Amino acid sequence: MSNIMKPNRKVGIAGYGAYVPRFRIRAEEIARVWGGADEGFPIEEKAVPGLDEDTVTMSIEAARNALARAEIDAQELRAVWVGSESHPYAVKPSSTMVAEAIGASGSVLAGDWEFACKAGTEALQASIALVGSGMAEYAMAIGMDTAQGRPGDALEYTAGAGGAAFIVAPKENSVADLEASYSYVTDTPDFFRRQHMHYPEHGNRFTGEPAYFAHTLNGARGLLDGMGLKPSDFTFAIFHQPNVKFPSTAAKQLGFTKEQIAVGLLSDKIGNTYSGAAMIGMTAVLDIARARAPKTMWYVARREVIDYALYARYRGKLIMN
Amino acid sequence: MDLARNWRLKDQRYRLEGTICNKCGAKFFPPRGVCTECKSRDLRAHEFDGHGAVYSFTTLTQAPMGFEAAVPYIVGMIKLDEGPMVEAQITDVNPSAVKIGQRVEMVTRKLREYGEAGLIVYAYKFRPIANGN
Repeated sequence: MSNIMKPNRKVGIAGYGAYVPRFRIRAEEIARVWGGADEGFPIEEKAVPGLDEDTVTMSIEAARNALARAEIDAQELRAVWVGSESHPYAVKPSSTMVAEAIGASGSVLAGDWEFACKAGTEALQASIALVGSGMAEYAMAIGMDTAQGRPGDALEYTAGAGGAAFIVAPKENSVADLEASYSYVTDTPDFFRRQHMHYPEHGNRFTGEPAYFAHTLNGARGLLDGMGLKPSDFTFAIFHQPNVKFPSTAAKQLGFTKEQIAVGLLSDKIGNTYSGAAMIGMTAVLDIARARAPKTMWYVARREVIDYALYARYRGKLIMN
Repeated sequence: MDLARNWRLKDQRYRLEGTICNKCGAKFFPPRGVCTECKSRDLRAHEFDGHGAVYSFTTLTQAPMGFEAAVPYIVGMIKLDEGPMVEAQITDVNPSAVKIGQRVEMVTRKLREYGEAGLIVYAYKFRPIANGN
């Protein structure tokens, strides 16, 4: 029995949209404040949201870009799901606000997904199921994050901001087919944030081999084996990208070339966008084929470098009262 | 916390929803119940496409209560392509780079927070148009 997941009705992507905020902080600027330059940097620079941006506003822009490409009425959506580890409210869905802003509210499923970096693709797989079962014609899945890293922590170099929205539709209304998916999950206690805590904890104990590599390699192999495909069958491959080294190493171990992963590997320029990371890598790849809303690389290229002082203000790291 | 007021305003704030007169086609933002052109009461909701140009603007450094964290910020008068003039913040741009006549588009952004435990208010702002292709 294969463990890959294929819907009864064939589905695909009707529209997609990316978003990255315009501010950037360079890795050497973080190192200037906290040290740590001796070991080299995991990425070149990361995206920082402005004072008036959060996961909701960023999701709204990505969702509008997705609707512009799909050319459908937002009222045709039967689901608006937002995956993130940085929902602005602990209790109050981001998804209802996004649905309201894009004109989808009313007869629609809405809910927030939370699963460190997997929430966005989990919502995408649920959207495949919803449309693939015939329960809906259109469903929107968003992966978006404004990830926080504790000042001075290794995560601060990479915890970026950005993500993407996808509209899943029946195959005949799609620009790209979603043939199959696969999910590989375990309880690995490496990254967590308790209620009321501002910054997440990460254990380091599991970060590399038992966490990223075990799950990424098992996920990729499960999909390849289940579909009877090999790396050379693909033009592009996109990996979750907490930095540059991890996805590059995983790709190499699986037999993918640098060229296959280059287009979808954005972490060097925008950081780890957590729930949005693999999804915005995917929009960068899809951009090569189509354009009807701002392309992913336009957002990546739109950048204003800020120093650590402004970064600390924008990310709420200053205690004001 | 003005929950009811913020709820009542969400359609216009989130997606720039005004009204259009079914009799003469005049468009209004914020929404009106009576057409000022032909006095008709037959109006329906209309979502503006959000494109326009900067008519005038200023930079605020002394903010009213609730907006202190955002200073300095730009407030502009935006002449929408579809007619109405809208007052709103201009975002994603440094004050020195804003020009009268500049093309802008609507984005939905965080407007203010009612303290750490209160409501987060989202609303339209405008930014220099994204020719993102």
